[in-house]
Amino acid sequence: MDLENQKRVKEIAEEFGPENVTVLLGTADGEGAGLTAETVTNGDPTFAGPLTGVQLGLTVYHICEPEVKAEIDPDVYEDQVSMMEMVLDLDDIREEMESVRSDYCKYLD
Amino acid sequence: MKSVIKGTGYVLAHTPDMVIYNGTTQTTERVVNPDGEYLKELPKHLRSYDQVLSYLPNQVYIGNKTPEDLENTDFPWYDKDCGCSERYGQFGEIMPEDEFTLLMGACDVFDLVKLDGAFIDATKDKLAADPLIDETIIARIPAATDAAEIARLVAEEASEGLYIDGKLVGCVNRAHDVDHNLSAEIMHENIVEKASSVLALLHGLKNAGVAKEDVDYVIDCSEEACGDMNQRGGGNFAKAAAEIVGLVNATGSDARGFCAAPTHALIEAASLVAAGSYKTVAVTAGGCTAKLGMNGKEHVKKGMPVLEDMIGGICIIVTTDDGVSPVVDLEHLGRVAVGTGSAPQAVIGSLVYDPLEKAGLTVTDVDKYSPEMQNPDITKPAGAGDVPLSNFKMIAALGVKKGQLEKAQLKTFPAEYGLPGWAPTQGHIPSGVPILGIARTRIEDGTWKRVMVVGKGSLFLGRMTNLFDGVSVMIEANDGQGDQAAVSEDEVKGMIASTMRDFANALLAQAE
Repeated sequence: MDLENQKRVKEIAEEFGPENVTVLLGTADGEGAGLTAETVTNGDPTFAGPLTGVQLGLTVYHICEPEVKAEIDPDVYEDQVSMMEMVLDLDDIREEMESVRSDYCKYLD
Repeated sequence: MKSVIKGTGYVLAHTPDMVIYNGTTQTTERVVNPDGEYLKELPKHLRSYDQVLSYLPNQVYIGNKTPEDLENTDFPWYDKDCGCSERYGQFGEIMPEDEFTLLMGACDVFDLVKLDGAFIDATKDKLAADPLIDETIIARIPAATDAAEIARLVAEEASEGLYIDGKLVGCVNRAHDVDHNLSAEIMHENIVEKASSVLALLHGLKNAGVAKEDVDYVIDCSEEACGDMNQRGGGNFAKAAAEIVGLVNATGSDARGFCAAPTHALIEAASLVAAGSYKTVAVTAGGCTAKLGMNGKEHVKKGMPVLEDMIGGICIIVTTDDGVSPVVDLEHLGRVAVGTGSAPQAVIGSLVYDPLEKAGLTVTDVDKYSPEMQNPDITKPAGAGDVPLSNFKMIAALGVKKGQLEKAQLKTFPAEYGLPGWAPTQGHIPSGVPILGIARTRIEDGTWKRVMVVGKGSLFLGRMTNLFDGVSVMIEANDGQGDQAAVSEDEVKGMIASTMRDFANALLAQAE
């Protein structure tokens, strides 16, 4: 996750309270999704950015996960995401995201 | 008027020392973590010139090997000798760092590049032996500077060192004491771009069989910016390179658009020719020192060689129709407009399917698609995946949604209508245009009828807009009719006169 985005996530979490923030990812593979999710929950695993050692524990989902899909107008989802659903390895992404959420998220209902 | 791709040039310069001293991953690391393991380990992971010569993606880039050779070679490729270690190929060459450094000296017209005498003596004949480097370029090599003076300039005057095998052989001076835009770092970056652009132009012109004096206009589409503090990015790399190459009748300008710029520039060049503004336009771009070793940390961590050790250059020569060379289809262009948005679906639709539909074609009417053709040997170990493959999958998925492909074709489409990536991760260099060399050959011999070049650019990196960008253009077989197939004004007048006569005769016949 690039350093500028880490800074923005940190600022947003401070401004609105981490319990009120959900991070939505659009990464192209499971590994990338896992690394990004880890960054906004347990801190930057590359020890390079502003989230190094910062355990925000934010709620984080990938756009292709069923909980997110259920919240979006089906027409909009069809128009903007359905093509990528066919391309991405959804099982891999789901597995990575669930693993990070169960380990590091602090604000799941 | 049609415009055609008359020839292409693809060049690489092997610059391992610049990986250490000029790549931004390394320069940043030297600031934030100077004693870290990465900088200590990095030199052990740099490749020799012989290794980069026998590296399959590099030989595909210069045209001695084909994309199919990549398909037929087990992945990864970096640990395999491809059996070809030629410096020169049908599209260009792979230049070693010492000769490239001397070429940088020849491309500097402001006395900024200082080179050690022993280095010049040891390298000049080698560079002169390059058949593309003529005496006018050799004559531009600067006079020798004392080694002690070079060391002093680097230590005391903020000059950017030029190294070969870790030994200081020269430097690039700053062009202003205060102006950061003319700092030694920026001047070094810009002179590298210029030198690699010059080399690409030389190969492009030779391959096209176009005389230097016949080039009317040059468009540089790299990602660098030259200018001082009052006009940062003012340009003009194009004309600067044209001067060194000897394009005495050309002027030019720079086109920018991140990685999409070469495709923008190709469309602009073809349009200028089609409009009759110029007969011959050269699109050119040199490479980027900042991106050297960009993913070096991941490569070192995985025990691999640092594969981003090549400066890339491209050149496309666009001319009026010769009846043979592939034609640039300017009637059916794809573009990511402001209103298109950034959703992948919308982007692929606007770049691939909109132009196809306008042309009355379907996705399978194009033989090969060429989106971002980054070498996956570089990107996969760095966690960025196989970029070309992802693009082919997206094109296929949208094809299924549009009913142009069966779902079963999702798996077969990438191999059938795509190619493995072979271009270095130099930003604009791998974007769309790497296919043009081989496409020119294969369209002319009838193997392919049509390819689509898709250039995409991440504009948000400049922090001026969050928008994504892209343009696409199809390159097609020449029907050999030339521009004579078009009807002239006189012919139209003749046809109207003939019709009027027939009409009048018919009326007369009726009256009788």
